[in-house]
Amino acid sequence: MSDAAAQTAPAATPETKPLMQRIRRKLQNNWRSIVVMVPFAWLLIFFLAPFFIVAKISLAELAIASPPFTKMIEWADSGIMTIRIVFDNFTYIFEDDLYLNTYLNSLKISTTSTFLCLLFGYPIAYAIVRSGPVAKPVLLFLIILPFWTSFLLRVYAWMGLLADQGTINNLLISLGLIDEPIRMLYTEFAVYVGIVYTYMPFMILPLYANMEKLDGSLNEAAADLGSRPTNTFFKVTLPLTLPGIIAGCLLVFIPATGEYVIPDLLGGGNVNMIGRVLYNEFSRNSDWPVAAAVAIVLLFLLVLPIMVFQYFQGKASEAS
Amino acid sequence: MYGKRSRFLTIMLTLGLAFFYIPMILLIIYSFNYSKIVPVWGGWSLRWYEVLFQSEEVWSAVSLSLQIAFINATFATILGALAGLAMVRFGRFRGRTLFGGMLVAPLVMPEVITGLSLLVFFISLNELVGWPAERGFTTITIAHITFSMAFVAVTIQARLTGMGEDLEEAAADLGAKPFKVLTAITLPRLTPALISGWLLAFTLSLDDLVIASFVTGPGANTLPILIFSRIRLGLRPDINALATIIILVISICVLIAAILMFRQQRADLRDQQMAAGENS
Amino acid sequence: MTGAPTVSDTPWLDQDGQKPLVQIKGVTKKYGDVTAVDNVDLDIYQGELFCLLGGSGCGKSTLLRMLAGFESLNGGSITIDGMDMADVPAYERPTNMMFQSYALFPHMSVEKNIAFGLQQDRVPKNDIVDRVHDILTLVELQDFKKRKPQQLSGGQRQRVALARALVKQPKLLLLDEPLAALDKKLRKQTQFELANIQEKVGVTFIVVTHDQEEAMTLSSRMAVMDAGRFQQIGTPTEIYEFPDSRFVADFIGSANFFEGRVTEDSSDHVRVQTDVAEVYIDHGQSVLVGSKIWVALRPEKIQIVKTDEPVSGPNTVNGVVDDIGYLGETSIYKVALPNGQIVDVTAPNQSRPTSETQRITWEDKVAISWEPSSVMLLNS
Repeated sequence: MSDAAAQTAPAATPETKPLMQRIRRKLQNNWRSIVVMVPFAWLLIFFLAPFFIVAKISLAELAIASPPFTKMIEWADSGIMTIRIVFDNFTYIFEDDLYLNTYLNSLKISTTSTFLCLLFGYPIAYAIVRSGPVAKPVLLFLIILPFWTSFLLRVYAWMGLLADQGTINNLLISLGLIDEPIRMLYTEFAVYVGIVYTYMPFMILPLYANMEKLDGSLNEAAADLGSRPTNTFFKVTLPLTLPGIIAGCLLVFIPATGEYVIPDLLGGGNVNMIGRVLYNEFSRNSDWPVAAAVAIVLLFLLVLPIMVFQYFQGKASEAS
Repeated sequence: MYGKRSRFLTIMLTLGLAFFYIPMILLIIYSFNYSKIVPVWGGWSLRWYEVLFQSEEVWSAVSLSLQIAFINATFATILGALAGLAMVRFGRFRGRTLFGGMLVAPLVMPEVITGLSLLVFFISLNELVGWPAERGFTTITIAHITFSMAFVAVTIQARLTGMGEDLEEAAADLGAKPFKVLTAITLPRLTPALISGWLLAFTLSLDDLVIASFVTGPGANTLPILIFSRIRLGLRPDINALATIIILVISICVLIAAILMFRQQRADLRDQQMAAGENS
Repeated sequence: MTGAPTVSDTPWLDQDGQKPLVQIKGVTKKYGDVTAVDNVDLDIYQGELFCLLGGSGCGKSTLLRMLAGFESLNGGSITIDGMDMADVPAYERPTNMMFQSYALFPHMSVEKNIAFGLQQDRVPKNDIVDRVHDILTLVELQDFKKRKPQQLSGGQRQRVALARALVKQPKLLLLDEPLAALDKKLRKQTQFELANIQEKVGVTFIVVTHDQEEAMTLSSRMAVMDAGRFQQIGTPTEIYEFPDSRFVADFIGSANFFEGRVTEDSSDHVRVQTDVAEVYIDHGQSVLVGSKIWVALRPEKIQIVKTDEPVSGPNTVNGVVDDIGYLGETSIYKVALPNGQIVDVTAPNQSRPTSETQRITWEDKVAISWEPSSVMLLNS
């Protein structure tokens, strides 16, 4: 990169040499802005711009055209620009019980599943933290492994367990506990199981990372000052693991609210969640403006938790 | 922190692991079932593996998915590494907050929203500039890069903050220009994070159904799209066979990676101990 | 918080006086194949400031943690104030601990940290407020009570940790390397403060430390520990002036060692013949005539004089200055003896070395000598 290197470079034609040097110099001086610009531009084009287009479509009307919506800005023959913005899609969503109930149902399911993940994930994370130096990496591996294996196939595995003719029903019948199979697949119960199953690692891992950093002598100090183990848990451990709890809950809650695959495969047509309605609205009905409006409302529902998540993410990276 | 594990914790841990693994083990067992109806046992057989291997459709889906995953992982690692570097090492620059926000958002953004917005984007872009004329390979790859790079960036950021800046400062002190510092010091030290970022991006791409379903076009079926279209209608023994292969391949790869990493850590520790022993 | 009961200043010497507050009997702790604490016995009396001194891994912290109830015993028993601690969990023991890391709760203010222990005992709210106030006054942190631990300096944190452990008025306060995290100057100052506070509150302290100076300054008595056992127990003076093993003599301060053979042993003196000189000791000690023995001399107890002619006699050796270290208040001379052994001698720099003739320098011929009372006879 030094001048010496530039001089020893094979002699170029007199015209290109200064150009090459200029490029080289430019790179040397501006590589920092290039490092920022490339990923920044990518995200602006492929992440941010699409959201504005969705927002635009949500303010349009359904039209028999391709793409199937009216244009926001039209130039009349006389050269007058007209801007058409309609809020009908949004009023439609809020007046329609189907959408409203679906939103509420999604929030109910994701909140409950988040709570269940926390309830089971917390002791599991705590158990790993308290394991010996040999067991710990093995256990951690066992928790992370499902995270790498296919999400879709893990959901599929539960179809086999929960079906009317599935493993659980077969087992219960052969044990003589029930005569008729219990309906589990294509119910809300199955959706809960699916979400808790697939999102549990997202709860356990941030909790583990948080607990691992805790100073073990704090627990001993509490005991030394006369605090019983349960009291120590509520007064010391729980408050200090709050950042882990918040991170884990958001990592489960936000994607679970918009979940499509689990309600579709395990809930069948019986469980309405907004992600599934959105997908179907889009692919089957082709009512793009309404679907876009549904997406925008969902985004508004999640914008607060997403920002909280970003805030904590930023704080965590600054702290370390 | 580490200490004694109470009985309650041990029970929860055992139940948790059973909950994680029993469904997958059953899935694997039933892939060797002769019977056409998945949960009804009809004896051991490799019948469904034969069916699977003869399926033209499955092979082309596997091939498409692997190609997309490979290209995605490579680009996502480059872009994610640049983004991570910019966030951790460049201090304040204009637009940093927006940039940071866009980097974190894909981690939690519901897939349906990402998928939908990318689809309308591609369609509008096609209207505007005539590209992409057809949705499929290219559009899926772009979509995957967009969300995978966020995951890579987080991995790189964590590693960079953990590394500290003293080595970079030492290099600069010895006369290395900033660009040289980057290529001679920072990037080599980032290699493990880059590798795990690449693997993560590869897996995320192989695993994605929802975003790919939105931005794909006719004829471009990735493996998850193929699997999903089949299992929507119920259990299928050939999918059990396919699932078994996928789960085993991924598990073995992850296991090897974990063992290699663990060995490396242990070797480092041993070296340190030996060096310490020589000193005293 | 009254003054210490004045039964005796040296209760460990009264055979049938005060009962010990802490009785450690045959205590053993094993981790797998490693024996961390090996069958130790120790009595500690009310009001003592007892130091456990030793290098890392000698078992001192393990013993402290067994007293606190964080580690179980593999053998033996611990009795505190007449009560066997075997089945008493940490949270019910009449002990409190000051942790090496201080272990202050990061999510609680100074005030809340200190009140935590009192709340566990269900002390009435008003009393808690008063006692927290009193202890904060004692450690001079009244103005910092609303701060979080992260907002305090190292020295302030140390005092919060001490206050938090003291406020419960434990029968026994356990301090794990209480000053290790402080810088040198602050550490010296705090040593005296700690001893003063102990005197004021009269609580029995057991301090674990690896710093011999700290142990000497603080303790009423101390135990030198190595490989899970006590090498010697005694007052700082006893341990420094009369170490009974080479290990202790070497571990506490520094010492020059000579191997020799006992030539005479009577009730008021001992003679030992070594390679370099005859050593005359003016106090009796039961040793076998003819047996091999180690004698040790502290560097500061050796006199050094420049001499051109060799001097002879007991307790005197000739040598050549091999190296000099100037430390400011003292200088350390490395003197090579005729047999090649190097002896360390320290001498105070009482005046500025202005006159070139007076000053001892490299390659000077010197004579070193010592008082018959300064020689330490080591049994092992």
